Amino acid sequence: MSIKTITLSHGSGKGNKELLEEVIFPAFYPNSPGILEDAFIFDIPGRRFAFTTDSFVVTPLEFPGGDIGKLAACGTINDLAMMAAQPVMLSVSLILEEGLDASFLTKMLKSLQAVCVSNNTKIACGDTKVVEKGNADGMFINTSGIGIVKVGVSLSVANAKIGDVVILSGGIGLHGITILAQRKNLGFASSAVSDCCSLFGVTNALLSAVPNTRAMRDATRGGLAAILYEIAEASKTTIKIFEEAIPVPDVVRGACSFLGLDPLHIANEGRFVAIVPNEEKEKALAALRAHPDGKEACIIGYVTQKEKFPVLLKTIVGGVRPVELPPGELLPRIC
Amino acid sequence: MNLLNFSDSNTASQIINKINIIAKKIETAHIMEVCGTHTMEIGRLGIRSILPSNIDLISGPGCPVCVTSASYIDSAIELSENKNHIIVTFGDMIRVPGTNNSLDNARAKGADIRVVVSPLNAISIAKENPDKEIIFLAVGFETTAPATARAIQLAKNDKIKNLSFFVSHKLVPPALLALINDPMLKISAFLLPGHVSAIIGESPYIKVVKSGYPCVITGFEPIDILSGIMLTCEMIANKKFALINGYSRIVKPNGNQIALKTVYDVFDICDSVWRGIGIIPQSGLKIKKQYEELDAAKRFSVLEKLDQKMPEKCLCGEVLKGRIKPNKCPSFSKSCTPQHPLGPCMVSSEGSCAAYFKYGC
Repeated sequence: MSIKTITLSHGSGKGNKELLEEVIFPAFYPNSPGILEDAFIFDIPGRRFAFTTDSFVVTPLEFPGGDIGKLAACGTINDLAMMAAQPVMLSVSLILEEGLDASFLTKMLKSLQAVCVSNNTKIACGDTKVVEKGNADGMFINTSGIGIVKVGVSLSVANAKIGDVVILSGGIGLHGITILAQRKNLGFASSAVSDCCSLFGVTNALLSAVPNTRAMRDATRGGLAAILYEIAEASKTTIKIFEEAIPVPDVVRGACSFLGLDPLHIANEGRFVAIVPNEEKEKALAALRAHPDGKEACIIGYVTQKEKFPVLLKTIVGGVRPVELPPGELLPRIC
Repeated sequence: MNLLNFSDSNTASQIINKINIIAKKIETAHIMEVCGTHTMEIGRLGIRSILPSNIDLISGPGCPVCVTSASYIDSAIELSENKNHIIVTFGDMIRVPGTNNSLDNARAKGADIRVVVSPLNAISIAKENPDKEIIFLAVGFETTAPATARAIQLAKNDKIKNLSFFVSHKLVPPALLALINDPMLKISAFLLPGHVSAIIGESPYIKVVKSGYPCVITGFEPIDILSGIMLTCEMIANKKFALINGYSRIVKPNGNQIALKTVYDVFDICDSVWRGIGIIPQSGLKIKKQYEELDAAKRFSVLEKLDQKMPEKCLCGEVLKGRIKPNKCPSFSKSCTPQHPLGPCMVSSEGSCAAYFKYGC
């Protein structure tokens, strides 16, 4: 095992993949955990369910476009939505740091509750722990969720087929740049607003129009690059994308260029990719664009036969390069 | 200024067509992009994949964290191990390995290491933490040196006692001169760094041009880089050795005099050791006597060893000079990998060796 100590690099991208494969999976699964989806699918006679969990740690706890409460509800609801599941109930576990302001906590919980109400999702159970000052960054939240899978739909990242198109629901990188701008006090990126939102409405609209959609995945930590990588690897294909087709908001482009970061690696909290059969692309785009959370939806590439690299990008100058998994922690560069 | 004009795909394809035409008049051209940001952009844009096969781009010694010596990183880690210290650094220093360890690992073991985008941030961290010693890792070329110099001036003026600077700034022109002094050099032309040139201007490159190398000061947008390649090819084809300022919207002939004045108020020029290359005379900056109370090397008696041994079997120097391809180095992909790099060409994620390792090209 090459991992000796857990570092921040193990939190996402390439480092996280190594942590899962070298440490976490071997502890639970003697062989392999199988295909990794956003949620686990299981059947109880007559009904198909999805089950998932996610933990939320963010500094600052409030940011333009959202807060940890909204994030905690949206994150788990979105993971269910990516598996075509209507969110039914959530658990909410809180780890609170000694000294946290109670009215602030109420504000975060109301924010979480508001997302659940709008998605018709019940907060079914929960837990609270308080830790000594210095042992949590204000508050951490874990939510787990159960959803009911839409009848007649079967999504899996392994389903992508040669010839399918890759649809992105909107401009990328806003959440990650918003957080970075707040944390590093980057005045030039202070206009960034997180894309944090619940995606159940827009994905449900897509699945109603195109029930034979093959796969969906939300582009959270690791950004667009990481999810395309996962889809290509699971489906044993190569995904080719076009730089010119990928919407990157000006504030994200500017900040990435200044900090030496790749927009494809920046986290989102309200953007997803859908893989749909080529013949359904118009129907899919129309359904997505008719919804407020998908109005910028566009085709960014297609699925091809497996090549040496899982994801290839045709750049604006016509060059082709492999897209890499982000290195883990994203660090601004000086060179 | 609308930067979108500098990434227009139609203009790009026109320039590429022109490069293809000029390339037919050239046998082979080895063009060195000196600057690390150029290396990253060339990789990001997949430029190597569209150039004619006789035009070869070689990544130069211009990634500042990559040429920072392992000894410096070892000393920085040693400084971070004191519980009373806060280390403040640029982000790309975090993962670069020293002899055995990186700041990333030191941080995981509890060291307080903070990533900033400007040396001036170190001043506010010092003010917010009066009980701690704040040490800024001052690395980088002429581009970052002015901000370090300004932070040192401010720290002295404001009498900030708990802040110091561990300096290993380096200068680009002496490194270029060291390269071209080698009679075996296989470089035909240089794409010169835009940001560094914005500070130092055009004149420091005259010796390089006079030695018979076409040079283009190049910006960082796709059209800038392609134009830089086209202009160097044109000069190679016409056997013309000149300096073209292809980034005149930013780089003035005399550079930035205010920045230079600040730098030389605070720093003296000194010899410096470059990872994988060795000592290059007069290629570094050290804090002047009048500011020495802010010198972390003196305050904490830490050293960046000048006489450190170069890793055995690391042929970065040869790769940088265009003499060998990365995969001809005996250490390539064996004792030298992106996880355990020996020299700068493997440290930089888009350096010549790392790119060979990743893309197998």
